[in-house]
Amino acid sequence: MHATLKRRLAAIGLALGACAALVPTVQAANEQFFPLATYRVGAYASSGIPVWAGMIDYLRYINEVEGGINGVKLVWQECETEWTAEKGIECYERFKNGLNGAPVAVYQPNGAPAAYALADKAEADRIPLITLGYGRTEATDGRVFPYNFPAMLTFYSEASAFINYVAEREGGLDKLKGKKIATVYHDSAYGRETQGPLALLAQKYGFENIQIAVADPGNEQAGQWRQVRQLKPDWVFLRTWGVSTPVAIKTAARFGYPVERIVGDIWASSNEDVLPAGEAGKGYLALTPYPGGADFDIHQRIRQHILDTGKSDLKDPKSFGSVYYNSGLVNAAIAVEAIRTAQQHFGNRPLNGEEGRWGLEHLDLNDARLKEIGFLGLMQPLRLSCSDHEGGGAAKVQQWDGQRWNLITDWVQADRATLRPLIDAKAAEYAKEKGVTARDCAAQ
Amino acid sequence: MNFFLETLIGGLLAGTLYSLVAIGFVLIYKASGVFNFAQGTMLLFAALTFVSLREQGLSFALALLLTVLVMIVGALLIERLVLRPLVNRSQITLFMATLGLSFIIEGLAQGLMGAQVRALDLGIEDVPLFVGEIMISQFDLIAAGVSALTVAVLALLFNKTRIGVALRAVADDTRAALSLGINLNRIWQIVWAVAGVVGLVAGLLWGARQGVQFSLSLVVLKALPVLIIGGFTSIGGAIVGGLIVGAAENLAEAYIGPLIGGGITPWFAYFLALIFLYIRPSGLFGDRIIERV
Amino acid sequence: MTATVPRLSASFDEAPLTLVRRRWRPGLLLLLLVAFVGLPWLGNDYWLNAILIPFLVLSLAGLGLNLLTGYTGQTSVGAAGFMAVGAFATYGLLLRVPGLPLPLALIGGGVIAGLVGLLFGIPSSRIKGFYLMVTTLAAQFFLEWVFAKFPWFYNYASSGTISAPRLELFGHNLGTPVGRYLLTLSCVVLLTWVAVNLVRSQVGRNWMAIRDMDTAAAVIGIAVERDKRMAFAVSSFYLGIAGALWAFAYLGTASAGSFDINRSFQILFIIIIGGMGSIAGSFIGAAFISLVPILLSHAGQWLFNGNVDAGQLQNLQKVLFGGLIIWFLIKEPEGLARLLGDLRERIRVWPLRF
Repeated sequence: MHATLKRRLAAIGLALGACAALVPTVQAANEQFFPLATYRVGAYASSGIPVWAGMIDYLRYINEVEGGINGVKLVWQECETEWTAEKGIECYERFKNGLNGAPVAVYQPNGAPAAYALADKAEADRIPLITLGYGRTEATDGRVFPYNFPAMLTFYSEASAFINYVAEREGGLDKLKGKKIATVYHDSAYGRETQGPLALLAQKYGFENIQIAVADPGNEQAGQWRQVRQLKPDWVFLRTWGVSTPVAIKTAARFGYPVERIVGDIWASSNEDVLPAGEAGKGYLALTPYPGGADFDIHQRIRQHILDTGKSDLKDPKSFGSVYYNSGLVNAAIAVEAIRTAQQHFGNRPLNGEEGRWGLEHLDLNDARLKEIGFLGLMQPLRLSCSDHEGGGAAKVQQWDGQRWNLITDWVQADRATLRPLIDAKAAEYAKEKGVTARDCAAQ
Repeated sequence: MNFFLETLIGGLLAGTLYSLVAIGFVLIYKASGVFNFAQGTMLLFAALTFVSLREQGLSFALALLLTVLVMIVGALLIERLVLRPLVNRSQITLFMATLGLSFIIEGLAQGLMGAQVRALDLGIEDVPLFVGEIMISQFDLIAAGVSALTVAVLALLFNKTRIGVALRAVADDTRAALSLGINLNRIWQIVWAVAGVVGLVAGLLWGARQGVQFSLSLVVLKALPVLIIGGFTSIGGAIVGGLIVGAAENLAEAYIGPLIGGGITPWFAYFLALIFLYIRPSGLFGDRIIERV
Repeated sequence: MTATVPRLSASFDEAPLTLVRRRWRPGLLLLLLVAFVGLPWLGNDYWLNAILIPFLVLSLAGLGLNLLTGYTGQTSVGAAGFMAVGAFATYGLLLRVPGLPLPLALIGGGVIAGLVGLLFGIPSSRIKGFYLMVTTLAAQFFLEWVFAKFPWFYNYASSGTISAPRLELFGHNLGTPVGRYLLTLSCVVLLTWVAVNLVRSQVGRNWMAIRDMDTAAAVIGIAVERDKRMAFAVSSFYLGIAGALWAFAYLGTASAGSFDINRSFQILFIIIIGGMGSIAGSFIGAAFISLVPILLSHAGQWLFNGNVDAGQLQNLQKVLFGGLIIWFLIKEPEGLARLLGDLRERIRVWPLRF
């Protein structure tokens, strides 16, 4: 009987705890809610942890130094997604109605599976999703995807920027003819996204397009790099992610492929990706829309107000200014600036999702504005509109010297005009499959 | 031809690492009938502990010694808290318990030591070595040497010491061994500790190759087909199985992969294991099971 | 499920008319009423989308695996592979057969998954135990690879993901949270009813005989190989439908990665914790495994006011789950279902003990 009673009491206790935790207490406040769907455990945690630190540090900076966005304080809460779709949905459902009365204006799913899974749900709930550097490329077409913002650099633009960089190194686009360019990619939705644009560009410029798949999680790549060694490509585009990046760099060294001929993509471009590769990573190149470095204006501000006062979320101060940390800053800044833009239209108050979307579609971060917020050089000029949810489309190329990343180019612009028909076709196909009628952007 | 030889040699060398992981399984399976799914996380835990200790500024030898101690304490705990209460239960139950165990170890490892990728430098340079036209990885060569050494030490332990003889007695006939006064629980503790140390060696070699982090524990999934091919009860089988899997996997990725789209390494070893299973249901060197009602 | 004692008639020369006496169960009726009417009316989006729908789908998947592992004794760690087959097959059917109604597409997806299950069940005639488990692992990895590799399965989408087609039935839109919930619930109730009857039939009894000792079962004339293969097929049929619901009613999208090995383990844990060889156990286990993480994370927010590292909470949860699995295996191998059954018995006889 004793055991039974204890068990029942425990059950009741748990149930009560659940009720208390699930019933939100409503209080009106001048606060804007920033949901943080994060992943701090699992196979990809090491890439994620510095991103969250960057986001939280920037939000904290806005709150403590600037007094919020025009007086509207930011509140945030974390929810662990483990980079999976189902936990991502749970977090989204938990967060979408705001926190203690503070509404959600923009949502960042932080993870490709969750971004795909949430696309329809967010549209139904009228909450804009920002997927910076990942997510559905077709969503660039804002007419078909009104609530999806693959801002700044889609995978298509990334592929094009890579080819343009290679052309720059080879001495012009006409020199690409007959070159061998291999893509070693993580065999997943993310990895396959560049196959379409690269095939198109290969046709246009006449280079040989070699695709080599690395199965998830990619901790054994001898076969792939032996193939690379045999084919002897002029350049390798490394589109791996998580552990597969350092393994790729090390294996390339093992097979004697020169590391300075490997160009990593956005998700293979951080300190966390090359540090475990040790010596082998020296000379490795990477594309990034948010270059590494702690000398940008915003870093000085954050160092002064957040890092040096011990309020930073960073556990390891060495990561300050790492690529992923900076990506967190950029992510947070886009969201903050979108809200600021929308506030000019709707008034200085907390905004809901629909208003957040208005802000995103009217976002215009030119060099002057970037200088004001301290992001000049760290972030490219970004202008979004109803028909263009990507904006920028440029990346910088950086090289690892064993200690830090050194920028070796300015912004390399993608040839977005060439790729746009491909994107429009994909979007139209999606619209047809789903029975969606595209918005008329002229009417907006 | 050179490419073929190179792939074959590379595969065989990589296979020695599979063998090393598989040996950990075989040890435990022979002595206690447990199919230890947690071997992968034990490997991760060992490598993580070692790297963390190194980061604290400990010397290589001291860190190694402390990690071995940690693995021994872990083995004692596992024996006391998991194995002893489950004695005489079905093999599937024990297997599921080790699934639970792998969750615990994984949570502890990441909780205590963090989830970021750590570089592990063993001081072995990973540069290609050329024998004529054929490229061989120097690291793989040294790793294979270390694996061979480990196996030799194990063989010595099993054949020349009292403990080894007791171990073999338990594996041969548990009840007879018990009646001779062999302390079964002690044997289990020793076997799990030895498997932990073998896991440490494997973890260090794998970790140096790919960085020490979470997906190191997935190596366990590679070891399963090795066991199927070699048999669950034979150390020699584990070695041969590892070599077969390593070579076949690399050759398949190089020759079959391009035909069907590549990326076939995750399942090819299993496919191979299935073929072996159909021909020899208890593996190349496994004990044949006779069933009675 | 309480065991109903078969009653023999007083005189043995006359066969009993009914082996199982069907009892009118007011509790069950009430439960169904609450599930079909009460919850859609009371529940908000969070409860429906994030808790109830995944719980129901996982229960169905657990049920499917339980038929194979719990009832027939064939351990499988490839459950998610068959779920993927169901999801991709249902998607393909809806896409390529115009005008196919949703229920037929679901059943079609299930049947295709069943056939694939049958295929991977063939080795069960020769091998068993761990060796068989490895074939299910092979199925898991192979199927995952197939659905990632061949673009035909996902209609050449550049991302490799399939997204839910418009869910509708007789002109009703089932795309809303309530609609998706009711769709899932109906499937689960129907299939559970079938399963309950199946395990009480000749087939179910054969399965249990095989589980308890297959050599003995063969001796008494059970066609062991055929029945094992059938268990694989039926189990995969259930898993296939669960997979389709997981993809379309819950996630709204799926790729091969949604059905990875961790999903297989999750489903295996459901039946270990819930109770092997128990239909109710599948539901209890699914409730446990889908609710505890959410409770823990809410408790973490609530107790520490968000100051606790979400990552550490997740690690704690891993340790907790692992510990619970071992604890259940040691203390109550029949799982939560048995534990709750005992509890109910004790309450029934309370305050008189014996």
